This record gives sequence, structure tokens and C-alpha cells, in this order.
Amino acid sequence: MARRLILSGNDAAAEAMRQIDPDVVAAFPITPQTELMHKFAEFVADGDVKAEFVLVESEHSAMSATVGASAAGARAMTATSANGLALMWEIVYIAASMRLPIVMPVINRALSGPINIHCDHSDTMGCRDSSWIQLYSESAQEAYDNVLQAIKIAEHPDVLLPVMVTFDGFIISHTAEVLEVLEDDEARKWAGEYTAKYSLLNTDDPVTFGPLDLQDYYFEHKRQQVEAMKNARGVIREVGAAYGKLSGRSYDLIESYRLEDADTALVALGSTAGTTKVVIDELREAGRKVGLLKLRAFRPFPGEEIKAALAGVKTVGVLDRAVSFGAPGGPLEKEIKAALYGGEQTVGNFVYGLGGRDMSMGDIKSVFDELDAISAGKQSVDEPRFVGVRG
Amino acid sequence: MSDKAWTEIPMAGIIEEAGNAQTYETGSWRTYRPVWDSGKCIHCLSCWIACPDSSILVKDGKMTGIDLEHCKGCGICAFECPDKITAIEMKLETDIADD
Amino acid sequence: MPGLKQLAQREDLMSAGHRACAGCLPMTAMRQILLSAGKDTVCGCTTGCVEVVTTIYPYTAWRTPFIHNAFENSAATISGAEAAYRSLRKQGKIDKEINFIAMGGDGGTYDIGLQALSGAMERGHNMLYICYDNEAYMNTGIQRSGGTPRGTATSTTPAGKVIPGKQQYPKPLTDIMIAHEIPYVAQATPGYPKDMTDKIEKALSIEGPAFMNVLAPCTRGWRYPMEESMDIARQAVETCFWPIYEVEHGKITVSRKPKEKVPIEEWLKRQGRFRHLFREENKHIIAEIQAEVDRKWDWLLKREELTQS
Repeated sequence: MARRLILSGNDAAAEAMRQIDPDVVAAFPITPQTELMHKFAEFVADGDVKAEFVLVESEHSAMSATVGASAAGARAMTATSANGLALMWEIVYIAASMRLPIVMPVINRALSGPINIHCDHSDTMGCRDSSWIQLYSESAQEAYDNVLQAIKIAEHPDVLLPVMVTFDGFIISHTAEVLEVLEDDEARKWAGEYTAKYSLLNTDDPVTFGPLDLQDYYFEHKRQQVEAMKNARGVIREVGAAYGKLSGRSYDLIESYRLEDADTALVALGSTAGTTKVVIDELREAGRKVGLLKLRAFRPFPGEEIKAALAGVKTVGVLDRAVSFGAPGGPLEKEIKAALYGGEQTVGNFVYGLGGRDMSMGDIKSVFDELDAISAGKQSVDEPRFVGVRG
Repeated sequence: MSDKAWTEIPMAGIIEEAGNAQTYETGSWRTYRPVWDSGKCIHCLSCWIACPDSSILVKDGKMTGIDLEHCKGCGICAFECPDKITAIEMKLETDIADD
Repeated sequence: MPGLKQLAQREDLMSAGHRACAGCLPMTAMRQILLSAGKDTVCGCTTGCVEVVTTIYPYTAWRTPFIHNAFENSAATISGAEAAYRSLRKQGKIDKEINFIAMGGDGGTYDIGLQALSGAMERGHNMLYICYDNEAYMNTGIQRSGGTPRGTATSTTPAGKVIPGKQQYPKPLTDIMIAHEIPYVAQATPGYPKDMTDKIEKALSIEGPAFMNVLAPCTRGWRYPMEESMDIARQAVETCFWPIYEVEHGKITVSRKPKEKVPIEEWLKRQGRFRHLFREENKHIIAEIQAEVDRKWDWLLKREELTQS
């Protein structure tokens, strides 16, 4: 039996963490992640969880302690945003290379500078090559569901990679929403017990973690990570289907919205996907054949699925909430283009929402209008457009 | 150890066999060899506790020899051997080979 | 506390076949640490000489569990492992007693890892942090660190025509750790093995965080004959340049008071890194170093008296 609650994204993620009840949670405050940890701190203070709560002196140490805990065979989690993620960067890569199934909500926020506390995806996009699985959430409901699924994906023996569950700072993290959560016993049963293959605490059969790995073997270990990420594609789908049976909400690598007969489609991540759905419904009523492809998994990148989903679409607009300075397009657009290579589609790129700049329904509608102009040959697609920037 | 394919090794660079460096020989690094005179040795273990290379062999609290497969010939053992005992002498490997 | 005979009955938990330079006293320190700690010990080390030479894949010299994470975070990493242990123990999933030891060189401790160390100590983890202090970034090629003594010639503070080596005195790391008011802080050196191993056992037996600063001479970086490593370490104590002492809940006990303090010049002249100080124009630096050694030694004795009374 599911329960219906009113929760913000941060509270929803904290609720999932309470139900999973990991062995160790390390945390350092950064806006807009703070309320997630406040909520979890209340659970700790009230004795609702058994987790050791390690309140470290920096995000670098948060990830380092999480690595130490996970290497000791514990289920370990942390959470962060933007500059916090940037400070962790070095250890983000090491956590993945050690194949530690850490789960970390990342509440998307613009990376300084200048300093800004609001949403964009520059933080998580920056570490897209770190070998972490990245699941983007459209809503607080998805943030909750993704955290619960993330542990099953991360800990799958064919994967053993860490997972970032991302959701948009303030837009989702601080907005209350009605959502369904599992009963505690259902969630606990779903989470199950985690038994690590290797543990530092096994002093009878000691192993060495993190050796100096030179020209003769480093490459082989990277190749293993490639395979694990490849395996994650199937595992994410399996876990998504199983979670569907449990909760009534199934998940896949991507989600198509009114794409079947669409001529024009947008590709989006996170909360903007939700706004886009509403715009699409309105435009559909006006007779326009528009649709949406929402990416849930950005890593692993579901190229084949994207290609199949967009096969009938003529004009594609890719919404990037991050800039890849000096590159021909945004980080999402480049990969979408690569996935569609050889296809007939025309692809336009729209960079939007940097530093929390609002992406209104009107803005999204204007993007669809521009795509119509592109498909009519009235506008070129050479350069990304910057939605809502002045001048 | 032969080089293995990525499918044949544990993930993440985990080294499963504790202390397997023991199978890696460093004795060829040596220029000088410690030569131990068991008759002079008083088993004070000053050399054993000082050796950086775990190469002073002991059994039941007594020195039994020097692990020449790993000893790098630093000479700390000879230096630490009490002045009045001098149970370890450093000799040029090339001189020993000539013998 | 066990003597050498008793220690020699124990398993050597650091294997031979590691790739440290001949005469490496940090590796002697590691052996002594592991002999004292025993097999039920989780060890972590920062990036640096010890980590590199002991874990060149596919070989490890560690017969205990070991983790290397990065340069600045062995304290944070081991604090996480210790938190995992506490959690799993609370849940009844593990019941044996396990020691947690984080290690780092002076670069990884005085400098880049100081924040993580300070945090871990403040949080009160039941762990021991050991700095093996060889007074420079040896692994990367002998660059100066916050622990490098004044006057030292390093790759980044060479003895030049105008600037004769490092200009600053080292950061008082041990005092910084004493100021954290943790249950146990000590200075030691493998040059005095009994003192060193006793302190490790004591540090591990005390509940809560402990810190040890261990002087571990580096034959390559300090430029002295490799067989003299232990003696160089001992003489550092005899000159009072590296006092060995312990601080239990704030109470200072000096472990060794040389009957006659050996002039610092005697120690400096044995090491190539200080050779330039003996040029006429630099000799005043030796006098200044001596004055600083004397000042700090006297202050230590005064503090011992104050805290013992």
C-alpha cells in the first residue's frame, strides 16, 4: 500500500534514504542540498535510522569518507550540489574506479563563477565522463523513485558503479509536491541487504584497494569500467520494470511523450521535461504535431533507444541547461547528434536556464516556433541559441 | 606474473593476495651484501627491527639469516649491529662473485 | 608493552619485495607500526612514497587490509571505514576488535591533508593517524613541504647564490594536533623502536582519535649514506631537533631527555641537504637553527612541567 505525502524534492530524497537506511551517510552543507541533509539529520536525531552520520569538514572529505565506508563493505551515501561536487571531483572519479556502489543525490546548481545558487546542469554535466551512472529526475516523485532504484542498479554485480540521482535545485528540491511513497516494509524489502564482494573489514582475507596501476594494467581496469557501464543499460531497465511492479511506476532509460506521430520534438532533462509536456498538450490541441523525448539516464547514454524513439521526427530541438564552452553545441546536443548520425533529422540546439533563469511555458513554445522556422528553412542550425538571454 | 586480459583480473585494481610482493625479488638491486656470522650474533634483533625490507629472517625470537632474494644491501643491519659484536659485514657483491 | 623478542614472535605484516629505495626508514616505520598493531588493522595511506612502493599492481606488500584513495584524504577515508565499522558493529554484523590507522607523509599531512586530518580528529573517530615525516615531498622529487626544516635545500628551494635553501621553519604540526585536545598525541621515530612501538600500542589502546608524528629519514632526499638511516633518526632526538614525547589528555611526558644535547651542527653536517649552510656566508643560519631548537626544547620541558604538576 502506497502512502501519499506532500514533500519537496529534498524531503522526498531524504525519505527514500530513510527507508533504505544506509550504514553510513557523510554530509557537508551546500545550498540547495542542505534541506535533504537537515531532514536526514532529524531522522538520525530521532533514532529513525541506524546510519552513522559523518558530518565532515568539506565535500572532498564527504566523498572520501563515503569511499572509505563503501570499501569497508557498508552501504554508503552522500549528497551535494555544484561547487560541492566540483570539490569532490577527484574522489568522484576514484569512487567509480574503485567500483564502489555509492548513491549520491546531486541537487543541480550552477557552477561558479560568479557564484550562483540556482539550477543549471553545469555541475553534473561536468563529470559526465567520471564513470558514474546519472539518472535525471523530472519531479520529486522521480527523485524519490530514482534514489530507491539507484541502490539496486549500483549494487548489481554486473554494474558496481556509483549512481548520481540528480534533480533541479529549488525547482524540484524546494517545491512541495504530492507524491506516493512505498510503505517502509516494502521499501526495506526492496532495498534488501548489501553484501560487498570485498571489504576492508575482512581482516582474515585482506585485500588492497587503490594500488598504483601503471601502463601494464590501468587500461584493462578502465576497459572493465566501460563494460560495467554498458551492463548498466540493461540493469537500469530491469530495475525500472521491477520497481514498476512494486510501485505502479515503471522506469526506462528514456521516456517518450506524444512522439508517435510527432514531426517536431524536444529533448530535455529534469524539470524542464515536465513543463514541456504541458506545452506539448497545448500545442497538440492547436493541431501541432509535437512531442518530447526525456532522458532519464544520461550515463549510460541510451543512443540506440534515442535513435529509435526519434526515427519518425523531422526536426529535433535539444535543450541544454549547460554550456560546453568552445564546443560546437551543448553537452546533450553533441551526444544526441551523434546518436542520430546518418539520420534525416535536423537538429537545433537551445541553451537555456543558466544560473536558474526561468524557462517558462512561453519560452518553450518559442523554441517550438523556432524549430518550425528551422524546418521551413527560414533559420539555420549552425549555432546554439540562447533562450531568454538579453541582447 | 604474466599480463592478463581485462576479463581475467579482479575489478578496480583490487589485489586479492595479501603480501604477494613477497614473490617480487629485489635482491638484484644490491651492490653490497650483508654477510652474517651466526657465531658472533647475540640475537639482539637490532638489525631485524631496523631493516626496511623485512629481510632479516627470525624464528622464535632469534635471527636465522638474511633473505638475499629481497635484501637491497642498504647496510643498516651492519651499522646497527653493536660495535662490539659486528656479526654482519658488508661485502661487495662483485668480490663475492670473484670468490 | 612487548620488547623486541616478543615483537619478533609476531608476523611481519609488511612483506619484502616492495620497491622502496634501499635504506628507506619510512618502510622501517611501517614494519614497526604493523608489528605493534597486528593483523586486525585497517590501514590507509595518502599518495606518496609508502603507498607507491608497497602497492605497485599486481603486487601488494600489505598483509593487512589497505586502502589508498588520494593525496589529501587518508584521514577522511579511514574515518569513513571506521564509521562503517561502528555501524556494522551496532547492527551485530561484525564483532571483532579492529584498529584503524590512517597514514601520510609530511606533504600529505602538514600540507594538502591537514584539513581532512583536522576534521577526522575533531569528529572523534576511534582511529590513529600517523604522519611519517621525511621532511619533503620525496615521492615527487624532493620538493619543500610545510614540514621541511629551515635551511634545507630541496628541488623547489635549492641552495642558490641568493637564497640558501628553505627560508621558513616547519609548521608545528604536533602542536597543532595537541591543540585539537584529542586523547593522545606523540612524537616518535623508528630510530628508537621500543619507544615507537610502545607509543603505537598505547595510541591504539586509547578510545578516540590519536595522532603520531614520526620522523622517518630519507636517504635520497636528505643525502646521507643509506646505512646511517637509524642513526640519523636517533641523532635528531639527541640534538633535541626531534624531541620524542607523548601527550595523554593534555599531559606532556618527554620520552627521552638527552644527557648532553648534541649540537645541531653535528646532525646537519652529515646531510647533503644542509651542506651549503656550512659556507661562511650561511653559517649564521646554523646558529639561528640552534637557537630555535633550544627555544622549542626549553618550551617543551616547561610545558611538561606545567602539565605534569
